[in-house]
Amino acid sequence: MSDVAVQHEAAGVYEPSLFGTYSKKIGMWLFLLSDSLTFGALLYAYTYGRVSTPNWPTPFHSESIRNATLMTAFLLTSSLTMVFAVRSAVQGNAKAQRLWLFATMACGIGFVVLHGREWSNLIAEGLTLPVFPTPPGETGSAEFVNVVNTVPQFAATFFGLTGMHMLHVTLGVVYLGVIALRRTFIPVLLGLWLVAWLATPSYSPFHYGAHVLLVAAIVISIILWLKPKIYDASDVEVAGLYWHFVDLVWMFIFPLVYLMSTRIIS
Amino acid sequence: MMDATQIMIEQRVAEQHRHHSKGQFLWVWAALLVMTGIEVFLAYQNMELIRMLSILMGLSIIKAALIIGYFMHMKFEISPMKWVTMSSLVFCLAMMLVFLPDAFRILHLGVR
Repeated sequence: MSDVAVQHEAAGVYEPSLFGTYSKKIGMWLFLLSDSLTFGALLYAYTYGRVSTPNWPTPFHSESIRNATLMTAFLLTSSLTMVFAVRSAVQGNAKAQRLWLFATMACGIGFVVLHGREWSNLIAEGLTLPVFPTPPGETGSAEFVNVVNTVPQFAATFFGLTGMHMLHVTLGVVYLGVIALRRTFIPVLLGLWLVAWLATPSYSPFHYGAHVLLVAAIVISIILWLKPKIYDASDVEVAGLYWHFVDLVWMFIFPLVYLMSTRIIS
Repeated sequence: MMDATQIMIEQRVAEQHRHHSKGQFLWVWAALLVMTGIEVFLAYQNMELIRMLSILMGLSIIKAALIIGYFMHMKFEISPMKWVTMSSLVFCLAMMLVFLPDAFRILHLGVR
């Protein structure tokens, strides 16, 4: 009975939406609100640790700050290209929409690669977690080994917060890939998984982290098999909301985690 | 299949997007980059911690407002959408602040 009731063909038979927009967009906003609480909790945990620890380390040298600034520029630029993808979608320009989505994905991949390089350098220098395998032959710098021994919560909150964000960016790139290419993206994703898995050494956390791409490929295959569809402008806009949110969160992580822990050598 | 009301709303939202110029978004992007540059400059100024935190968080909130307002289109949504989403977000995040005084308590107790 209820199925019959919702399949009404005439427009305007229901009350107008309270929020003046379509359901998919409201759904994404609700998800983003809940996700912002996840990041809010992680950022508060980091701030709590920082406030309650008098000898909180400031380990980020100018190389790390330059790298993080470049990552920020990548994310901000990706938000701009995402806006242009949405504009192209509503104008019905499918080719431009796809190209802008690719540009956004390229910026996102650039961010993840730079972030991966940053993590690898820090781990090689001795800033690590007990769950990470020790790189063979690396003893680490005295500075970072000291940080791990005296303030273990620094590495825990740093890797927890930035790792969660990196996961979101990775899944965002996958999401945009599906919107741009649909089923064609699945072999591309499997290729990316193989490259990420085989190109990283076995002691790297990314060697295991790469399996996120495999899981994503399986989930996407199931979704596209159960509900194949052509994504329209509203889907591009909703994907854009997610992407901008990932950018937005970084606007708080970058100053709180990196800039507030800058090593100033006078 | 989507019902006709949803399609009508989508078309109206798409129509709103058509009226936004590329220049407007380029200005927002440039402003965000400039503010990021200011933040990086401030990081090397050896300022007092609380003062630096206040300035950096102030700039981050302005950047967040620009991203939500323009890139996420919230500026152009109707009032109920703006108020319900933003007020609930601010309220929930503000509620988390209740834990922070405990961090100062630990600091004042001198726990190492």
